[in-house]
Amino acid sequence: MEVSLNINGVTHTHDVEPRTLLVQFIRESAGLTGTNIGCDTSSCGACTVHLNGESIKSCTVLAAQVDEMEITTIEGLAESNGDLHPMQQAFHECHALQCGYCTPGMVMACVSLVNENEDLTESQVREGLEGNLCRCTGYHNIVKAALQASES
Amino acid sequence: MIPANFEYVRVDSVEGALEALKEHGDEAKLIAGGHSLLPLMKFRLAAPAFLVDINRLEELKYVEEENGHLRIGALTRHCDVENSELIKTNAGLLADATHHVGDPQVRHRGTIGGAIAHGDPASDIPSALIALRAIIIVSGPSGVREIPIDDFFTGFLETDLNEDELLTEIKVPKAPDAKWSFQKFNRRAQDWAIVGASILLDENNSGVSLINMHSTPFRSTVVEQAIASGATAEEASEMAAEGTEPTADINASIDYRKHLARILVKRGLEEAGR
Repeated sequence: MEVSLNINGVTHTHDVEPRTLLVQFIRESAGLTGTNIGCDTSSCGACTVHLNGESIKSCTVLAAQVDEMEITTIEGLAESNGDLHPMQQAFHECHALQCGYCTPGMVMACVSLVNENEDLTESQVREGLEGNLCRCTGYHNIVKAALQASES
Repeated sequence: MIPANFEYVRVDSVEGALEALKEHGDEAKLIAGGHSLLPLMKFRLAAPAFLVDINRLEELKYVEEENGHLRIGALTRHCDVENSELIKTNAGLLADATHHVGDPQVRHRGTIGGAIAHGDPASDIPSALIALRAIIIVSGPSGVREIPIDDFFTGFLETDLNEDELLTEIKVPKAPDAKWSFQKFNRRAQDWAIVGASILLDENNSGVSLINMHSTPFRSTVVEQAIASGATAEEASEMAAEGTEPTADINASIDYRKHLARILVKRGLEEAGR
């Protein structure tokens, strides 16, 4: 079936099987490999992208379900001139990553969290990131980055 | 992991959904948020030949009040339930239980109707709705019927929904003055409850429901009766495991689950002011 998604402002139309997962469409059909696949069971959050501005786990959504909707991936956050999104900048400044595998999903989850909550507290950030696993950092600097970005 | 092949059918009205179900019979499965169904399909535990996508049924996305009830459209997403002022004011237990489902990403996609139709005894939302004495509204070829929540769950992952019916609405009696508590015990954030409890204490009515203590979401009538006859939190919670039939798994033995049920009901009753 034909599925057409607006990913980061660009329309991607491909003939795919109905069982194609959104994360496969993003990585394999659209060729945007910034979004990672981790657990593939909607637990780890590595595949987090935005659907119409809200964070979702793209391993547990069919591409067909979101046909003609707007998707934002990690590649769509920075300005076209290369300026980082405030959340990316905060991750950079706070050293909020080590191996980097969880980072795209972590950044996308943090952006959605900040957009939905004014005056975020540390405990709200920690609870709000319950769907994203990081096995390197102990979360401390990720939480710091999210709070720093939420203030800017 | 990729699901087995299926034919995808998108519908945009309740009538369209019912027609698709009629046409494809027991080979069809409805998909809403898909956060219960897609994992089952990826593990190949479910392999429907036709997947009927009801995500665009805008007519089933609402939270309204009508006389003494809240009417919640079946496709209302968890994030909209947990943040609804109407629900927080009149059925705070449901808003809080919904807040404990999965994580923010899951709550952006999952729907209240889907969580109920899945019929999982380990799910948070059915227990809150049992304590609140909700009514489930379904549409089928012969019209609309109302099912009291106590009659809805018929077995493990089984409900009273027929193959040609669509769950359209959840009617929740308003309980703005009720005291309530939602207790969920798990080892890691975002996990299913090892055991959980929903407690609702109203002036002359109480609701007590347990999560993951039976083959279906479970109403503890024993504890409810104890409360009605004046038992303290301590006395009532002693009976919390009565009538339950929990299973053992990697997280907990049967005895441990029964212990947790007693502890969580006690904590819940105390938090609700008993």
